[in-house]
Amino acid sequence: MGVSTANHPAPRAKRASQRIQLDRLIDLLLPLIAVLGALVIGAFILLLLDVNPFEAYRAMFWGAFANKNGLADTLVKATPLMLVGLGIVIAFRANVINIGAEGQLIVGALLATFLGLQFGGSLPGWVVIVLAVLGGIFMGGIWGAIPGYLKARLGVNEILSTIMMNQIAIQVGYYLLRGPMIDPAELEAGTNIPHSARLERVVDLPRFTDIAKSLGFTGTAKNLGLDGIQAEIYGLLAEPTRLHTGLIFAIIMAVLVYIFLWRTTIGYRIRAVGLNPHASRYAGISVKSYVVLSMALSGAFAGLAGAIEIVGLHHRMFEPTAVSAGYGFSGIVAALFGKLHPLGLIPSSILFGGLLVGGDKMQRAVQVPQVFVTMLLGLVVIFVVSSEIWSRRRANRRVSVDTDEEAGE
Amino acid sequence: MPPVLELRGITKQFPGVLANDNVNLTLEKGEIHALLGENGAGKTTLMNILYGLYKPTKGEIFINGKKVDIHGPTDAIRQGIGMVHQHFMLVPVLTVTENVMLGEETTRGGMLNRKQVAAEIREISQKYGLHVDPDAYVKDLPVGIQQRVEIIKVLYRQANILILDEPTAVLTPQEVEELFGIIRSLVDQGVSLIFITHKLKEVLAVADRITVIRRGKTVGTATPAESTEKSLAEMMVGRAVELRVKKSEAKPGEPVLRVENLVVKDDRDSVAVAGVSFEVCAGEVVGVAGVQGNGQTELVEALTGLRHVESGTITINGNDATNVTPRQVTEMGVAHVPEDRQRDGLVLNFPIKDNMMLNTYYNTFANGMVIDQEKVQRISEEWAKAFDVRTPSINVPAGTLSGGNQQKVIVAREFSRPTRLLIASQPTRGLDVGSIEYIHSRIIEKRDQGNAVLVVSTELDEIRALSDRIAVMFEGKIVDILPANRVTKEQLGLLMAGSRPDNLGSVITEDVAAPL
Repeated sequence: MGVSTANHPAPRAKRASQRIQLDRLIDLLLPLIAVLGALVIGAFILLLLDVNPFEAYRAMFWGAFANKNGLADTLVKATPLMLVGLGIVIAFRANVINIGAEGQLIVGALLATFLGLQFGGSLPGWVVIVLAVLGGIFMGGIWGAIPGYLKARLGVNEILSTIMMNQIAIQVGYYLLRGPMIDPAELEAGTNIPHSARLERVVDLPRFTDIAKSLGFTGTAKNLGLDGIQAEIYGLLAEPTRLHTGLIFAIIMAVLVYIFLWRTTIGYRIRAVGLNPHASRYAGISVKSYVVLSMALSGAFAGLAGAIEIVGLHHRMFEPTAVSAGYGFSGIVAALFGKLHPLGLIPSSILFGGLLVGGDKMQRAVQVPQVFVTMLLGLVVIFVVSSEIWSRRRANRRVSVDTDEEAGE
Repeated sequence: MPPVLELRGITKQFPGVLANDNVNLTLEKGEIHALLGENGAGKTTLMNILYGLYKPTKGEIFINGKKVDIHGPTDAIRQGIGMVHQHFMLVPVLTVTENVMLGEETTRGGMLNRKQVAAEIREISQKYGLHVDPDAYVKDLPVGIQQRVEIIKVLYRQANILILDEPTAVLTPQEVEELFGIIRSLVDQGVSLIFITHKLKEVLAVADRITVIRRGKTVGTATPAESTEKSLAEMMVGRAVELRVKKSEAKPGEPVLRVENLVVKDDRDSVAVAGVSFEVCAGEVVGVAGVQGNGQTELVEALTGLRHVESGTITINGNDATNVTPRQVTEMGVAHVPEDRQRDGLVLNFPIKDNMMLNTYYNTFANGMVIDQEKVQRISEEWAKAFDVRTPSINVPAGTLSGGNQQKVIVAREFSRPTRLLIASQPTRGLDVGSIEYIHSRIIEKRDQGNAVLVVSTELDEIRALSDRIAVMFEGKIVDILPANRVTKEQLGLLMAGSRPDNLGSVITEDVAAPL
């Protein structure tokens, strides 16, 4: 490039930089185009189901984003997506693929619940919350480190081993919830539903409404005379909804992961290992250790998501697959959609949280089964991945044109 | 009579890059026409256009005076154009016959007719003096013969215009001579030939006419009689160049690197370095010559901590460096320019500045765990400037640089920190004359600063230009270590092929190998 700026008149350099800007713009817009593509195909399927697609999509977006309860639910779902996605981003950056976030989330939730139950009465609430969260991080980290170690040491494919670890986590969960961790009330009643007792209320992560109350915002939108968007926003932040502070925590985490990956030596090593293990080895980086570390970190974030779900939302552990709720997989989609960038994850998690909530609303409004959203997510994955490949190919072409054809110096 | 091939005003515009700019080339019947240019000058683009792999933006191609459109290799072959690529496209586990017929199988009653093809190969082989056995398996053949199989492949497809892309890159000097013999017999029989290269000596030795291109433009056409290496190099680079590295007599000091009875295995677990001993002293350059694949790669990997040492010892600066980690080797004061810069030397997707700190990110560039971005920016800019890395910014990915500039990034990184030993493997592979000149002078500068320098290269000219002593490797052993100024290219060539020339007296061997 330097050559062209040095030896060709300015207009050429200008055109080249315009081209680069255009390319960047296209790359940024690609995910949105992918979503639109998925929605268009979804529209045809809705037509086949004799449903008016405009009505269905309207119900979906209205339900997910246009009122305080919908928006609160969207953000509640965005929280675990974001946390799981951060782990996925770290793994992808190290060029390992973690399909095991489901299992890591479950074991994280299990240990968090256990710690919450164990210390809920005896220690101050915030201490127990910290303990539970650390427990989730630790357990998820272990669950991720095992396939990482198997890959580094024995070359076991991490995609297979993480999927298998998911099954183990689910079954361990059922065992614990039917046996040692079961709610004593269930035993008494003889219903034996596999869930734990509710954690003490002091272990609940504060909700937005709790914080608003403590700051003095006790009125409702109605008696404050607000309406329209203002009312919904006030309602979201101050009125009782399920929205908990885990969201803020997740956003802070996203910023921290960004700093970690791009500003610290460990992040530098992880990215170097992911992009070129040979050069990393040459540079004195222990490639194997960083494969294990990145899997452990990836699992830790999923475990963290599990712990936050327990202390923030469910307040007890119940059926493992219902707690993980597919976040381990949709988190991958969110991460890809966020261009594998921690900050990109923030909007992408909110969008996907919205799709999940909106699907529910759509089902009620136009009687389309909720699985339609699962299908929509699948379509988005196909579009995102193929657009990724497309833009990577364009990037490669740019690079190879530049290196092969640029007059060498 | 019209020329066999004429390219008129060929222009190829890639997005943002003009790879060929109004290039003209005529090839007469029975002519060896050398296409000379630096890497990235546009030679390969031009030939890919001729072979139908790219569509030109502008320009016309004439064959025997008739305008033709070439839309792909099939068209090119139909027009009698054959291309021998730099990297061979052979299936090692098949025989010569099977390789030649691949894609153009002659059948009889639905079955492959190997016999007939083998007979044709014998005929071609005889006609042009190729000496290739059609029944041999390609994997058993030396590289030089494999190349002939490639030539047979195109001749079998009735090519009468042959394009050889950097054909001598993988050959020993003797094999190069044989190739030139074959080339001459091909043109004697009426084949016309385009010979792509950036090596000046070869051009002068074999070409009838020489066309030089620079930055996508034809600079001019010359004959060997009216040219010298210097004049061609200047046409290629566009300025006066120094072909021989200027260097003073070495003043060797204490030994810095000492290797004793080193045994190393390759990836397939067979012995690649079979008991090698030598030393390199401060202030001298020892060159390791040899044909690719005789254990040089494994030797360097063992020295730099990248490969396990089976037995023997490595001592650097008096410290035991046998089976230590790459990090420890770096911290002993070793700079390493790796053989494959894109695989080992750079993270191509990282910006240049992140590549500048690849070996020292954790101490020079960081406070504890936090990387000092300001320092990275500042020092990288400094180094890029000091080592003439041509780039608009140090924030662009290293992969977008030309090969020469990529190598300069590595050299900047490795030469800018205080070291005692420099290990450079193929330091100028694939680079243009300008970059070679630059990197060579930097290596000698490093020597004169008191570094012990080990240079490994398959380019004899490079070894001879840089070395004070030359070690020749063959089949994992060092055949001999000789003073650079007392050995001829021919003697080295024989040693590289594993035979000890008689005229190398025992006296030389003894007095040079004495430090062992």
